[in-house]
Amino acid sequence: MPAPDQAVLARRQEILSALQAIVPGEGVIHDEREMRAYETDALTAYRQLPLIVVLPETVEQVSKVLKYCHDNDVKVVPRGAGTSLSGGALPLEDGVLLSMMKFNRVLDIDYDNRAVVVQPGVTNLGITRAVEHEGFYYAPDPSSQIACSIGGNIAENSGGVHCLKYGLTTNNVLGLEMVLVTGEVIRLGGKHLDSEGYDLLALMTGSEGLLGVVTEVTVRILQKPETARALLIGFPTSEDGGRCVADIIAAGIIPGGMEMMDKPAIHAAEDFVNAGYPRDVEALLIVELDGPEREVDYLIGRVEEIARANQASHVRISESEEERMTFWAGRKAAFPAVGRISPDYLCMDGTIPRRELPKVLARMRELAEKHGLGVANVFHAGDGNLHPLILYDANKPGELDAAEAFGADILRLCVEVGGVLTGEHGVGIEKRDLMTDMFSEADLKQQQRVKCAFDQKHLLNPGKVFPVLHRCAELGKMHVHKGQLPFPDIPRF
Amino acid sequence: MKPRNTGDVEKVVAWAAAEDQPLEIIGQGSKRTLGRPVQAAHVLDLSGLTGVESYEPAELVLTVKAGTPIAEVEKLVDDNGQELSFEPMDFGPLLGVTPAQGTIGGVLAANLSGPRRIKAGAARDHVLGMEAVSGRGEIFNSGGKVVKNVTGYDLPRALCGAYGTLAVATTVTLKVNPKPETSATFVLSGLDDDDGIKALCKAMGSSAEVSGAAHLPAGVNGGSSSTVLRLEGFSTSVDYRFKTLQALLGTYGTPSRLEASETGALWQTIRDVKPYAGGETPVWRLSVAPTAGPQLVANLGEAFELQAYYDWSGGLVWLSCLDGSLHEAEIRAAIDAVGGGHATLVRADASQRSNVPVFHPQPAPLAALSRRLKEQFDPKGILNPGKMVSGV
Repeated sequence: MPAPDQAVLARRQEILSALQAIVPGEGVIHDEREMRAYETDALTAYRQLPLIVVLPETVEQVSKVLKYCHDNDVKVVPRGAGTSLSGGALPLEDGVLLSMMKFNRVLDIDYDNRAVVVQPGVTNLGITRAVEHEGFYYAPDPSSQIACSIGGNIAENSGGVHCLKYGLTTNNVLGLEMVLVTGEVIRLGGKHLDSEGYDLLALMTGSEGLLGVVTEVTVRILQKPETARALLIGFPTSEDGGRCVADIIAAGIIPGGMEMMDKPAIHAAEDFVNAGYPRDVEALLIVELDGPEREVDYLIGRVEEIARANQASHVRISESEEERMTFWAGRKAAFPAVGRISPDYLCMDGTIPRRELPKVLARMRELAEKHGLGVANVFHAGDGNLHPLILYDANKPGELDAAEAFGADILRLCVEVGGVLTGEHGVGIEKRDLMTDMFSEADLKQQQRVKCAFDQKHLLNPGKVFPVLHRCAELGKMHVHKGQLPFPDIPRF
Repeated sequence: MKPRNTGDVEKVVAWAAAEDQPLEIIGQGSKRTLGRPVQAAHVLDLSGLTGVESYEPAELVLTVKAGTPIAEVEKLVDDNGQELSFEPMDFGPLLGVTPAQGTIGGVLAANLSGPRRIKAGAARDHVLGMEAVSGRGEIFNSGGKVVKNVTGYDLPRALCGAYGTLAVATTVTLKVNPKPETSATFVLSGLDDDDGIKALCKAMGSSAEVSGAAHLPAGVNGGSSSTVLRLEGFSTSVDYRFKTLQALLGTYGTPSRLEASETGALWQTIRDVKPYAGGETPVWRLSVAPTAGPQLVANLGEAFELQAYYDWSGGLVWLSCLDGSLHEAEIRAAIDAVGGGHATLVRADASQRSNVPVFHPQPAPLAALSRRLKEQFDPKGILNPGKMVSGV
């Protein structure tokens, strides 16, 4: 992380008074014991106490806090519910932690226009809860949806099981209000579609708290599908499972969810929840079809045929809502299940082209041996988003380092086969130093220039996403070679 | 100048940046009259950058050179039982240029979508990765070639709809989807605008999975009005959902049904604004909340003589000013009065497009931020200068 600014640390009292003047009472936390709650997010291997925690309640307060910090060169780390798995909300010793969790109101529900306006601290599931009595829901469903905030979803462009069919956060957000680090308030989009001018909504979504602080979000809601049914399919090899997934898509079928687990994950989950998973398979696939009843019934039959044609050794079809939930129980409990068989685990998140799956799983087994650690795999099979769970014991010297090295090897492997470092968790600090494995220096510099348009002084969440912080003045330099048209061979008219 | 590859593009733009020589960026030139007229000394013609780099239907991913004709891209995916779900519109008929022209790069630069936008998203929603040359003359890659990726800022998506003013895309990666087995259209006749849009919104909020929702007032496409809802998918599902709509919208009259053969032509007419093809009147594209559409049109109809029809469940209004005047101030004020949105002038002569803001004006802080973004990609202002905003 960037070295703490000693001058800022020395001015702590002055900064505290200024913030208390903006946000009264309990909205400013500076006692070390109370600040402990904010020292980490869900990437708990990293901890750091912030300089001060501030919990504004109004847009005006957010604007004033940011303007003060900007005018006084104080760093700011925005935070939602703190469920990030990439360390996106890890505090800075010399930075103000800006918690948005008091922004927890649903502002407007508009069924006719299928839009809901909420404050950023509303949980992902809270949006669905607000509209489900009318048969609507908010589609993106990250695993932490009961706790994670919609503002955090914007920061990370969160995904989930549903996103092959219904898209990621970026495909489900219609508009937002945000505050720039200068304190300026900007509104993008709304209940209408495709605002013009540069697509700042696209830039903001997945920007990991580096470009602005979201204060209001407009999302689209969908009518809940009439029905959902699932198939539980076991395969003797992961190749068979992979081929089955490809054949389902080739048949023109896009399931509402399509999840795969490998043998270690199947066993851990089955031991934990007794969902009735077969133990003698190398890969288990859950395919959920949702939509109009007749369509779902028809497609269940099609998928069953495809599974049989791909050597499936076990096929079960849910005949009730209860049975469907049982199929999912093991997958949904995969992480805690793995937590039972290992004192600690790292949850990785890379994406690969699906055809590379068997190769990647085989290489992963070799890597597990090399690093002397176990690994269990659950993944979103439809879109090739892997979640290897690396098993380690933090109390054994060297194991955390080994786990991190193993994780880095897996992500490099993802890039090597044509994939990417992160499918839904974000770069944060966890994958920051791997960015150069995926992007060239020119690629990363152009990304950082975007940052300069929003935050010239690098005060918002510095040290995340980018391995090297270039000053904006340096990024702006042009290397100009004057001269004749130096390429006479390019055709002209 | 007509580059043959990315390296050529890099050389040309680097030279233009060094010499302060503005460039007009075109593919096949089919959308040159969209946006403001560009004053540039040179034309950078990308129509030579063609070809498929990789296409794997089972991965739902396609990578092509940016100058590849959109017609070729659509044929390629169609031959493989797939489609571009955003259904890019063709401005040819409306702007009086040859139809079915344009490149995939141009489609993304203008973020062109069609009626399926309301279900499947816009062009920008289907972009996964991009290789581009910035106005600094540097090649950069962003995004990836997989359907799920959040590594770094989402530059490929942000470059969509930028009309070539930030960077010149040279290679693009798109998400493709399976083509539906069949389609049908549910048609209600004789509804006024208010009832038409109410019916559309009701259908959109149902489980019928509508993939197109338009209302054509009387005289736009035949004598009486038609309120049309498209259903796509497996035939058994289409039939079932047609019945769902029948039950849901029974109070609006007895529907008729268009089968797949007629459905395609109708939605192409709606998508490409064919009702106004061949005319000379100014045409605006308005985007508002779906329920606000009829009120907006009614308010404007009291001020001047117009023709209008609705796509996107009422949220997209194609408005033709029958008296030949632009009515820019009235239109933009009317949008604010119904809760906000934006208005784009899409058909007008060059002098008109120079003199009024073609794109909806932005509040000062947002306009300033957009300018700063432009400076970070194109500090010399050489890429399509003035295409979107005068002096930018």
